Amino acid sequence: MTRDLRYLRAITGDPSTRVTVQRERAQKRPQVIDEHIVEIVSDSGEGAQKAGQIFGAISAKMGNGVWTVEIIPAEIKPPARSRAGASGIRIRFGSNLISNMGDAANVVVALNEQVLYGRIDSGAYKQGTAVLLENKWGKDASPEIVEQYQTAVAYFRSRGLVVHELPIEEGCRSVTASPRLGKNMFVLGILCWIYNRNLDKALAEVACAFARKSEEVRALNRQLIEAGFAFAQAHLTMHYDVPARPQRTPLVVMNGNQALALGVMASGMELVAMYPITPATSASHYLSEIFHDVGGFVHQAEDEIAAINFAIGSSFSGKTACTITSGPGLALKMESIGLAVMAEIPLVIVSVQRGGPATGLPTKVEQGDLLAALFGAPGDAPKVVLAAATIEECFHLLIAARQLAETFRIPVILLTDANLATGVQPFPRPKLRPQWLGLPIDQAPWQRGVSAYDWDEKTGLSPRPVPGQRGGEYVATGLAHTSGAKVAYEPDANEWGLTMRSRKLATLQQTLKPPAVHGQEKGDLLVVGWGSTLGAIEEAVDRARADGLAVSSVHLRFLSPLEPGLKQIFSRFRDIVTVEINYSDAANSPRNAEASRRYGQLAWLLRAQLLFDIDCWSQARGQPLQPGAIYQEIRRRFGLERGELACSV
Amino acid sequence: MFGLKADWSLEVTQRYFTLESYTGADARWCPGCGDHAVLTAVQRICRDEQLPPERTVAVSGIGCASRFPHYMATYGFHGLHGRALPLACGIKARRPDLHVWVATGDGDCFSIGAGHWIHAVRYNMDITVMVFDNNIYGLTKKQTSPTSPAGLKTNTHPLGNPLPPQNPLSVTLAISNVSFVAQTIDWHPMHLHATLHAAFKHRGLSFVRILQRCPAMNDHAFDELQRNPEKLSLLTHPQGIGIDGSAADRFPNQQVHDPSNLAAARSMAEAGIPIGLLFQDETRPCYDHLTSAGIGTSIDAKLRALDGALDRFAV
Repeated sequence: MTRDLRYLRAITGDPSTRVTVQRERAQKRPQVIDEHIVEIVSDSGEGAQKAGQIFGAISAKMGNGVWTVEIIPAEIKPPARSRAGASGIRIRFGSNLISNMGDAANVVVALNEQVLYGRIDSGAYKQGTAVLLENKWGKDASPEIVEQYQTAVAYFRSRGLVVHELPIEEGCRSVTASPRLGKNMFVLGILCWIYNRNLDKALAEVACAFARKSEEVRALNRQLIEAGFAFAQAHLTMHYDVPARPQRTPLVVMNGNQALALGVMASGMELVAMYPITPATSASHYLSEIFHDVGGFVHQAEDEIAAINFAIGSSFSGKTACTITSGPGLALKMESIGLAVMAEIPLVIVSVQRGGPATGLPTKVEQGDLLAALFGAPGDAPKVVLAAATIEECFHLLIAARQLAETFRIPVILLTDANLATGVQPFPRPKLRPQWLGLPIDQAPWQRGVSAYDWDEKTGLSPRPVPGQRGGEYVATGLAHTSGAKVAYEPDANEWGLTMRSRKLATLQQTLKPPAVHGQEKGDLLVVGWGSTLGAIEEAVDRARADGLAVSSVHLRFLSPLEPGLKQIFSRFRDIVTVEINYSDAANSPRNAEASRRYGQLAWLLRAQLLFDIDCWSQARGQPLQPGAIYQEIRRRFGLERGELACSV
Repeated sequence: MFGLKADWSLEVTQRYFTLESYTGADARWCPGCGDHAVLTAVQRICRDEQLPPERTVAVSGIGCASRFPHYMATYGFHGLHGRALPLACGIKARRPDLHVWVATGDGDCFSIGAGHWIHAVRYNMDITVMVFDNNIYGLTKKQTSPTSPAGLKTNTHPLGNPLPPQNPLSVTLAISNVSFVAQTIDWHPMHLHATLHAAFKHRGLSFVRILQRCPAMNDHAFDELQRNPEKLSLLTHPQGIGIDGSAADRFPNQQVHDPSNLAAARSMAEAGIPIGLLFQDETRPCYDHLTSAGIGTSIDAKLRALDGALDRFAV
């Protein structure tokens, strides 16, 4: 395919990875590495994400640990070649379990130079990161573009990036006359060679990913991958092997929203009522494709409030339902969540968190809904709040959420976030259990003399009549009510209802186990986290422990009620700090007196609940936390210089 | 049962419901409030149709009328202001066996719940929607409602409502997939009963606007119509709402209107005060057919489908 090799003169690089024409192809031996981080970035619509997803799936299927995360611009179609318009994907893969997106990338493939600026600004690369850059812009008809290109390449090199200018589009031309749409597959072929991926497995995966396309398209994709593979084999020296780790249990690989959708199905819930909102909607897209296979239905409501009330209606009728949303939707649903608390309607609300307040950062991650979930409704509205820490937990906690909702006759909010929603990770294939699906609704006559809210004083629990149960007729109401579901006119009746609804949380807490401590049970510093930061925090703690620092971490799944035993755990550490993706005032920020400092959301909660002087370290940059950043913060807290980790450029 | 000997091993399953079977708490509406008449009409229809109370659900939002479920002895859900319709649709979604009645008001439905009104009509699920329209906010004490006439002095517009009122009939008749629109008055129990009965029997969402008197906050709102019933235009048609001769005599102004004629219904809604069935079309698609698909899928079938779904993600 590479009939014209003149362009290779343009290829430069640092001595360690200089790209040269290898004449002895057969002798190229891959260098064995533990893990790498690769990015593909491009203008929106060039298929970078598709290529990266397939690359991640191939790697997972070959037995690597994998985490992929999408790089998403806020607009559907940002202007081409714009600095903020980078669309793409990061794939971190390695021989062992990969639990987060990692720090700076080792290799980035860029289809134009402009999209790299934003990535550099967000700290995605380091000294020595190899940039495989489409070189056609350097030969563009427009002198302006040529100049932009040359300026950028010089700038990237000045920042220590190792730029390899590659004729990607030109390479595609040997296969197709319209290379713009096929470039991603050519890039996939390049990556498959660089990382010594099995080409047959790659082609099989691509065939699967494009199963719905025409044979013509599939054949073209195959040719493009082969062309990219051959091109890389001919011209690149970078050649790595990431050995697989033996895998005993069968795995599945998916993103967090797909896991949520499968969790809904495995929970036995038959109805999801939703309104489109980023980054939650893709869960409903996937459900809409397959929910009917288990007899379920996705209702796209006219708005967020309608969605939750539709779900509440279904739950009241005996068919516990789920509504999936994100921060702004959670805010709109809040009055209705209060209704579900008051009327004791089992209900599952998922919030796939994004940056706030208001429209905030619609496509980007934040852990900003915790306090809203806990305290957003007026009055005292006790509810269960869970947070998934991994993609696997998006699946399993949804099943738990339904069961908690029904057992405790209470709404359950499950928090995930944009990082989990778009991240892809392999995890053990769930062993399905029939009991997850629940029992058919009870239509036997209601026991005479038992009231609709026959609260057990010790637990606050009460059996729930379901329409169709003769003798159980009652009116669920958002008004304060008695145990007989009658409007409460007496002051004591209101207080008693509040007491019983609150008692359910105390009862639930007594059934929970204290969280496990990652690291030693005692030490100098305890890092407390929740949600999608689990992998990054534990990786950072492990690195710091390898430096000899007495640091451990605890990760919370239950935020309401809190997991028990925290006081005992906290008391064994000198300092406690929460690490979160949300806003907090820095401890030394100007004008902040101790009493006016505003903390990260988990820190607020733990300080209030446990009376420990808990500090927080949080970032709200719209990005997942990097383990390196947490590691450096841990070192800083021990009064140490920055660690040896390669820092980003 | 008559004639059965006590020791016959016959299982007698027949139940008979009386008005009492549907009578819940004592209604606390003001004396003279039109809501009492609606409650009685609904209870009579439940009795006439022998609806099992455990399969009947009264749903409401917030407002005086929304106390309705508390006064029924059926299941009920007294939800949030404006949200009765999505709640009711959700109840019906996976439980097509339930009879769902919605009690809402002019504020609840046409103002805070206006979005849901538009969409619930379009969904056309098989529920009966009664809007108690007294042209005023009663429970919150006399604020202007979307149907308050221009000039009406209220606590929020002491100099008089500056805006022309909303016309709920025109709006409803303009919504795509509308399938049943009627208007009735609380002070003619026979017409009220006949209208609600037709609404109940209708397959799809039946929308009934009830002109309802509020002696406490908007007294005299309908005095003019009561004194001069010729201002009401009774719609008559074999497919319409039938009331017998002497009851119909109370309406000196009668007009033949074919309820299958949507264009005519729309002009009716714009001119005068039509009483009766403006529009009905039972052939329009009902969303419940979609929402209830798959009910009763077996555990085995579900597990098989889930397994198949997981296969697609298998490494």
